[in-house]
Amino acid sequence: MTERGTGLPARLAGALLAALFLAPLLPLIPWSLSRGWFWPALLPVVDGRAWAALLDPSTGMLGAAATSAGVAAAVALVATAIAVPAGLALGRRRFRGKGLLELCLLAPAALPAIAVAMGLHAIFLRLGLAGSATGVALAHLAPTLPYAILTVTAAAAADDGRRERVARTLGAGPGRTFLLVTLPALMPGIATGLAFAFIVSWSQYGLTLLIGGGRVVTLPLILTQFLAAGRNDIGAVAAIVTVVPGVAVLALAAPFVTRLLPAAGRRG
Amino acid sequence: MKRLPTALLLAPALIVTVGLTGGAVALGFARSFGVQPFGISAPTTEAWVEAAHLSGLLGSVGMTLWVASVATLLSGLLGVAAALGLQTMLAGVHFRRLAAVLVQLNLAVPHVVIAVGTLFLLAQSGLAARTAFAVGLIDRPAEFPALVADPLAFGVIAGYAIKEAPFVATVVLVQLAILGGKPAAVARSLGANRWQAFRHVLLPMIAPGLLAALAVVFAFALGAYEMPAVLGASRPKLLPVLAYDLFTSKDLADRPVAIALSLMTAAFAFATIAGLRLLLRAPGHGR
Repeated sequence: MTERGTGLPARLAGALLAALFLAPLLPLIPWSLSRGWFWPALLPVVDGRAWAALLDPSTGMLGAAATSAGVAAAVALVATAIAVPAGLALGRRRFRGKGLLELCLLAPAALPAIAVAMGLHAIFLRLGLAGSATGVALAHLAPTLPYAILTVTAAAAADDGRRERVARTLGAGPGRTFLLVTLPALMPGIATGLAFAFIVSWSQYGLTLLIGGGRVVTLPLILTQFLAAGRNDIGAVAAIVTVVPGVAVLALAAPFVTRLLPAAGRRG
Repeated sequence: MKRLPTALLLAPALIVTVGLTGGAVALGFARSFGVQPFGISAPTTEAWVEAAHLSGLLGSVGMTLWVASVATLLSGLLGVAAALGLQTMLAGVHFRRLAAVLVQLNLAVPHVVIAVGTLFLLAQSGLAARTAFAVGLIDRPAEFPALVADPLAFGVIAGYAIKEAPFVATVVLVQLAILGGKPAAVARSLGANRWQAFRHVLLPMIAPGLLAALAVVFAFALGAYEMPAVLGASRPKLLPVLAYDLFTSKDLADRPVAIALSLMTAAFAFATIAGLRLLLRAPGHGR
């Protein structure tokens, strides 16, 4: 691109920036290893009590992890299931008002989550959904659906549906065609959509706090609870445990994401 | 060949978007005007009047705009710098894949984790202060500058910049990949130096994508709760924290006021993105 072999300064700058982006994750490691990591020690006196607390049922950490995983998995499945037909319509068909509709479906991604939570709060109380994991998962659909729609639409648009017509001409029924031709073609979008929806739900904080009313405790919530209680070590463990599944899910989806990216590039 | 009607394909997505998300905004709006979902009540502008006269509101609004603006600017600068640095390092390599990995890792880290990590890093007894002590720059924690819960909200800004810069970097990297190396090479062969080639050739070409990414960052930094809740000062509170605290206060009469504040923030966020779309579509833009 720019000429090869340029700039030690540029390389250094790149390395420094990469370090900067990772810097906030660094102090989580010593804190997770020591209850009292006292000033001015750079290295902690390792005691491992916080990691033991992770496995101790009475701390609620495992419960929070299970709640986080259950909610995020359910949200990812439902959001992606809804996004598949919508993505097919947006990616492959032309109709009046498509641009506006696409905007409407994606706009909730820019809506502050606490505005959604405050609006839903009264009616969720009324319906018995406030304070329940079901209610929290339902509320999480609002910020996650746009990401699922975006990725499935990109996958649908990268393929014009010619193979479906071929399959139908060769005698495959609509169900078989959908299962054996359409779904595999959409796989990069579906896998990426599942991963993004999972992560967006997994990362929610304010929305979970307001709709869950303190009764639905996910990992991001228990993390700040331990911090407020002065247990930085357990908080750091919770933070590390909060990061790992998202990274794992993305690693699983990575081959699909890279298949989506060049498609976006070709269109540009 | 029989096709399912388009409306049917879109129905589930529309039910969630219009019914749930749109419904939330509509219900919040109604409640901020004193209309209860299941009660009979006359609309009133009381909550909005009260929100407008909230003591310290101006400070909160100013602080929120300050944080969102500086955080956006910083993530833009860091993101573009990182993208150019990565591009130079990876000339000839498939850096699109690396760009994907970069944004993916960043995407997978929740904001609240970055917030807590930034707290552990920048607090006066945090890792940065300990490092400063180790190299002999300071003797006591109090000598380290207050970067967390500080009056200028530096901690919140730093948290957002660190979290959003990789996102900006990835958008820029994808754009640079689409452009290819030719524009810069032509400018260089015509005598432009590296900075001129970037400033006058590449930057205008990546501007639309960059600005869109920055609008998303700005809108997010206006309305997100966890970063200022962990890293912000208690006075003045940023708008999302102010709204949250009012909503959860013991006095139920504060709730409509809180909703009014959060809707105001949401309107600001949307206005930013809508304004940018209009700007990018305006005739004569593309040059």
